[in-house]
Amino acid sequence: MFILPLLFAALPAQAALQIDIVGGAANQIPVSIVPFGGEAAMPQQISRIVNADLQRSGMFKMIDPAGIVPAPVEPTDVRFADWQARGADAMAIGKIIAQPNGKLEVHFRLLDVVRQMQLAGVSYVVSPSQLRATAHKIADVIYEKLTGDIGVFSTRIAYVMKLSGRYELQVADADGEGAQTVVASAEPIISPAWAPDGQRLAYVSFERKKPVIFVQNVDTGQRYVLANFKGSNSAPAWSPDGSKLAIALTRDGDTQIYTIGAQGGPATRLMSSSGIDTEPFWSPDGQWIYFTSDRGGSPQIYRLPAGGGAAQRLTFDGAYNVSPQVTPDGSQMVFVHREGGDHVAIMDLASRQVQVLSDTKEDESPSFAPNGKIILYATQLGGRGVLAAVSADGRVKQRLASKAGDVREPAWGPLPKAGGQ
Amino acid sequence: MKKALLGLLVVSALAGCASTGTKEAATVQDKSGQGAATTTGASQAVVNPLTDPNNILSKRSVYFDFDKSAVKDEYKPMVEAHAKYLNDHSDVKITIQGNTDERGSREYNLALGQRRADAVKKMMNVLGVKDGQIETVSFGEEKPKASGNDEAAWSQNRRADIVYPGE
Repeated sequence: MFILPLLFAALPAQAALQIDIVGGAANQIPVSIVPFGGEAAMPQQISRIVNADLQRSGMFKMIDPAGIVPAPVEPTDVRFADWQARGADAMAIGKIIAQPNGKLEVHFRLLDVVRQMQLAGVSYVVSPSQLRATAHKIADVIYEKLTGDIGVFSTRIAYVMKLSGRYELQVADADGEGAQTVVASAEPIISPAWAPDGQRLAYVSFERKKPVIFVQNVDTGQRYVLANFKGSNSAPAWSPDGSKLAIALTRDGDTQIYTIGAQGGPATRLMSSSGIDTEPFWSPDGQWIYFTSDRGGSPQIYRLPAGGGAAQRLTFDGAYNVSPQVTPDGSQMVFVHREGGDHVAIMDLASRQVQVLSDTKEDESPSFAPNGKIILYATQLGGRGVLAAVSADGRVKQRLASKAGDVREPAWGPLPKAGGQ
Repeated sequence: MKKALLGLLVVSALAGCASTGTKEAATVQDKSGQGAATTTGASQAVVNPLTDPNNILSKRSVYFDFDKSAVKDEYKPMVEAHAKYLNDHSDVKITIQGNTDERGSREYNLALGQRRADAVKKMMNVLGVKDGQIETVSFGEEKPKASGNDEAAWSQNRRADIVYPGE
């Protein structure tokens, strides 16, 4: 197995700009993550992982806890005046206790420094190999309590790595750690799409010398052919209930959109148009199928009621608007807009207002985090494919580059199922 | 150019059963205009029209304008020659592979590459070639012939290739 971790690395110029914008907004929440009691002896330092997660989100100003000795472990250890003096509004403390059976007890509390009260307290019993995942869960709790939004630190991302003529579909934690190769091929792989269960990926592989859609369980490795009709089979998009997919086929001529059961079988044509229809995206509320079409002469974004009806055109500004994805609440659409380069743009679907979010110019494949707050996309940096992320308000920007190779075709996975793992 | 040469029936027959025979013939074929058969020792060898550099059938690529799929006039004689060949050899089946440059959506480019391949196919259909003799596929932007981030490379990659069996 060939594993290449992604590295988060903000560009210096980018970081400077980011601080200006975010600092001007002055709405970062100051929070301090105190080293957990007992974590120094562990393979993973939970407080460091939590700190990195929160910092990367751009929503927090991380307050260094160093120098306050001894570092508090229990609420009774905390002298709130120390933390108020450092400017923290909230702080996290915790401890790890090894059980005789090899399991670890992880206790964590989130404290409101200003009101001097507990905001959250959670305990986990985990194996040592689950410490990293536990840290992401703690970061999710902190994020949710302090921002009111759902945390996405426990999610996974998929992307394609191209390295020396070899293509690998990889899955990693949302922080880029723990990358694993799902499938590798000498032929291109594109368009990974997560099933709502967060365990299966549909993707397009050229391994049979033409585009064929596969579905693969990323944990077991089992896979099957979803669609291998005459011509091209591509652009898989799952229905929100996971029972079927929208796909693009050329079996009847120009590229058109069809639906197919999640296990494969016959495909049903969704509509007929005089041009290319592709890149379907099923809105998370199940109401609409968004897609790209050049029926009007140039590629633009349309949507069709999933239950049938007439397609509506959504984009009118510019001659090239493609690759739509919609937030879980259905309020916003992200897409690629060509205007002096290809940029990630976001549309408020109620007002149809468009805002260009990225300052990169060769952007592709935008994908919303499952809380709708961050957009992951592919772009170019120094002649290499890299992943980048931008917050839905455009204020926070990140880059994810690998040490070698091109990274492209990102897809942000769903939230882990409640009660799972 | 594709390195493999197709169906060199005549040449490989002349080259005998030596396993390197085909390779030698292929090397000679690459030296355009030097006479394909001389090293095989036969003076009257029939040159495969599909690979004879002097034959229009050796030309296989149709190039397209940006975001366009119309076959330009300059490629029509070449497409017509292949259509005639296919009409004369109704047992031969070809693949037309559509390609695009790297700009824009991979999925839209896949569809655009398909449309380019289909445009060449439709022209051949009009000239009498049976549907069953032509399969069209698209590689979109995934298999660029020219690497590079400029029009010189992009123009090479906006292309449909006519591919005969064994190539």
